[in-house]
Amino acid sequence: MGLRSYIITRIILTIPTLLLLLTAVFVMMRVLPGDPVALHFEKKATPEAMEQMRHLLGLDKPLWAQYADYIGGIVDIGYLLQHGYPNLGKSMQTTTEDVGGQIFSAFPATLELAIYSMIIASVIGILLGVAASKAYNSVWDHLIRGFGIVTYAIPVFFLGIILQLVFGVYLGWFRTGLRISPTVQPPAHITGLYTIDSLLEGNLMKFVESFKSLLLPSLTLGIILSGVFIRLTRTNMLETFRLEFVTAAKARGLKESTVTFGYALRNAFLPILTMMGLQFALLLGGAILTETTFSWPGLGRYIVDRINFRDYTAIQGAVVVFGLFVTLVSLVVDILYAYLDPRIRL
Amino acid sequence: MPLLEVKSLTVDYRSSRGTVRAVEDVSFSLEKGETLGLAGESGSGKSTLGLSIIRLTPVPGRIVKGQIKIDGTDVLKLSEDRMRVIRGQKVAYIFQDPMTSLNPVKKIGAHFVELMQAHEPNTKKEDALERAKTVLNNLGILTERMNDYPHQFSGGMRQRIMIGLAIALNPVLVIADEPTTALDVIVQAKILDLLESLRKTYGMALILISHDLSIILERCDRIIVMYGSYIVEYADSTELYKNPIHPYTQGLLRSIPNIELADQKLSAIPGSPPNMLNPPKGCRFWPRCENTKIICKSKEPSLVNVGNNHFVRCFSPPEEGAKDIE
Amino acid sequence: MMEKKEMSETKVKRSILARLLPQLRSLSKRGPSGWMVIVGIVIVAVLVIMTAIAPWIAPRDPNRANVGPLRSPPSLQFPMGTTALGQDMFSRVLLGGSVMLQVSAISVFVCFLVGVPMGLFSSYVGGNLDKAISLVIDAVYAFPGLVIAIAIAAVLGPGVINMALSIAVVYIPSYFRIVRSQVLSIKELTYVEAARSIGAKWYTILLRYVLPNVVPSIVTVLTVNFADAVLTAAGLTFIGLGVSVDIPDWGYDLTKGRELLSSGGWWVITFPGIMIILLALGFTFIGEGLSELLNPKLED
Repeated sequence: MGLRSYIITRIILTIPTLLLLLTAVFVMMRVLPGDPVALHFEKKATPEAMEQMRHLLGLDKPLWAQYADYIGGIVDIGYLLQHGYPNLGKSMQTTTEDVGGQIFSAFPATLELAIYSMIIASVIGILLGVAASKAYNSVWDHLIRGFGIVTYAIPVFFLGIILQLVFGVYLGWFRTGLRISPTVQPPAHITGLYTIDSLLEGNLMKFVESFKSLLLPSLTLGIILSGVFIRLTRTNMLETFRLEFVTAAKARGLKESTVTFGYALRNAFLPILTMMGLQFALLLGGAILTETTFSWPGLGRYIVDRINFRDYTAIQGAVVVFGLFVTLVSLVVDILYAYLDPRIRL
Repeated sequence: MPLLEVKSLTVDYRSSRGTVRAVEDVSFSLEKGETLGLAGESGSGKSTLGLSIIRLTPVPGRIVKGQIKIDGTDVLKLSEDRMRVIRGQKVAYIFQDPMTSLNPVKKIGAHFVELMQAHEPNTKKEDALERAKTVLNNLGILTERMNDYPHQFSGGMRQRIMIGLAIALNPVLVIADEPTTALDVIVQAKILDLLESLRKTYGMALILISHDLSIILERCDRIIVMYGSYIVEYADSTELYKNPIHPYTQGLLRSIPNIELADQKLSAIPGSPPNMLNPPKGCRFWPRCENTKIICKSKEPSLVNVGNNHFVRCFSPPEEGAKDIE
Repeated sequence: MMEKKEMSETKVKRSILARLLPQLRSLSKRGPSGWMVIVGIVIVAVLVIMTAIAPWIAPRDPNRANVGPLRSPPSLQFPMGTTALGQDMFSRVLLGGSVMLQVSAISVFVCFLVGVPMGLFSSYVGGNLDKAISLVIDAVYAFPGLVIAIAIAAVLGPGVINMALSIAVVYIPSYFRIVRSQVLSIKELTYVEAARSIGAKWYTILLRYVLPNVVPSIVTVLTVNFADAVLTAAGLTFIGLGVSVDIPDWGYDLTKGRELLSSGGWWVITFPGIMIILLALGFTFIGEGLSELLNPKLED
């Protein structure tokens, strides 16, 4: 089929998935029992005030009209180009602010957290998984597997709190609640990711400072997530070791490291990559908890705040953005997979 | 000095269910340029033997006893690093299933480059590719296909690539483990002819492992017949054909169908291979033997030289059997 | 296989139960995986029993404030210390599991009841209906679980049932998918075809042929589901979407205990935290061990 046509086909297939996603979120938020406006005011407002809000948010229109507004708003390219973010309605709390704007200013923080957490999780997971597979059935193997199982059972916020306690309070190394030390100006906004932007600016100090703030939260999330990778890498490596081309490689006198990484890992890696994509979903869930723990100003904390204010438009918008992001990641993973495994393309 | 000398080699597999002795007390030698055939059923230990010669006994197997001398050096005493040097360069191994022996994510040209750079670290990529092209050309593979991946080739072609990789560094010994079993008969013949011509051109010794005795008879100078981890018969191929002594060998020869006979009844050896977790007491073959004596059930026979460089492990070889075989 | 065809439905159920008890004994002989399962079962059983008999053995009313000095560390009188309101942590820990256990049990139950039949039905019927349902399910599956749970819980409001429902929605796809993949592979096997050719009705085939083979995988998903449900419930509570204040709950204490940390009080957060970890671990052990026993991939 060729890589190019596969990519195009795959991208086209994303569109119905996205539509399905948006519809699902809509159904979930609007069709579920409970009047969002009443819940928002917690039944403490006058009926007129509630009617006013309903009208403002378009909730007094028939359901299909609401749906049309909703989808229409999201795909409104004009709006997107004008504001830099899609139309996700207005916040229930302030009724003047765009939910889209709020979300997109909070999103980069979450993205940065997610990326670093994934890196930490995969590096720990793959290295430990490879080590465990090579030391099959030994003490190390069991220890590593045990580590993987236990880290999964720990609630992410519990680990976060402990790390915070040890490194933040007792040792006083790291601060929380900020993406960068308060004495330092954040770097110029290019990607929104402080670490990348600092590097782009050429400012090493800013990089270090923003990295320091990132370290604890991504370590927390990364450790919790690594368990899955450890297990998967180990199993796949063990299976791959038994495959004949690995023995054949050894029979040709290739070095141990070449065989482990170039033959075994390289072939075992593909399911690991898919898992990375799937795990991104778990990551976002964990990010919410991690952000709350560390007061990290990302989309997760935004959602939690909005819940406390009963701001349903905002919650809906955030869920949509999460979903869009997950779909995008799965698209990228599929394409990457096709690139790495020539067999898929044919 | 013989090229390869194996003395009393014993290999065990240890599992949670018990220990299986896959190779027991195997001794033989191979001269430069000679062909040795290793015949036996699945489970007889021949593949384990082949892999053990280059110290790649599959986990959880372990070489428990014995000596393996290649050009006088006991490879069992070498460090893993020194062993690596021998593998691929001095002794090459051709695996059974070409569909699974090549790295699926590497182009075949890259396989060769990697091989050459592993053994001759200063090789430049272009030089390696040139040499690879020469090798592949001789094997009948178009050089334009150097950038293709293994799955784009047929089984027969993949086996040729494997052979190419095996001979690329001019080894003195090639061990071919069922090189044609996964291929159809016509391709089989071609591959075997190819191996033979390469052998003659480069003067390589060849150990041919197969469960198909007819192939081995045709193409090997000497033959080892294995059963239940033992060598049961070891002789020159012509001698083995004319004068098979062990009942198992006789059974094998008898079961080769003869295309010239019109109404032939296919014969098979009754029974099934022994359970190596709990092998029969005495001679391992006695449950399937028509000529069993009391001693066969209690004592294990040892390998005996019956003259003419012909060795047999049997207390009671059938007399008449030798005459039945065409 | 011939015997399977002849077994009636009740015989299948009876033999499953009859096999269960001696199997527990034989589990210990199955090596490290068997031990893992046993350890897991023991942990879960202990915690469940503890929670069940807690009302009788708790020394004090867990909700009553000022039964002791405020914020005091563990001592002989208060083995796990007291909270900021002077409540006895030990009693709170003993009773705190009930919410979590209830929530996870209900959500797993709902999940199972919805996901398994849906999976069986959809994959057996096949065709476009199956494709459509699978598409929807896959979309839900790919979605971050906690996000869905949060969104639903936010709309539904607090409470045990609501929490359970929001968690259930997240995990239905897991059951659906695993059942479906098993059914798809069994569906084409010859003995099912044979059954069909002698005129067996579709529900007979589903119940007698397909279901028994699917059960092992379902059990594995079930245990992992429990573990996840416990952790998700804790997460929801941490965010504030949990149950009301007057029920002792491990998740709640975790959240509240955090506030005490800055002044150096470690006991309010640690003990419930350990309990949650133990519960999740217990289920995970069972799941891990079972999956290794049922899918022995790496035999020598």
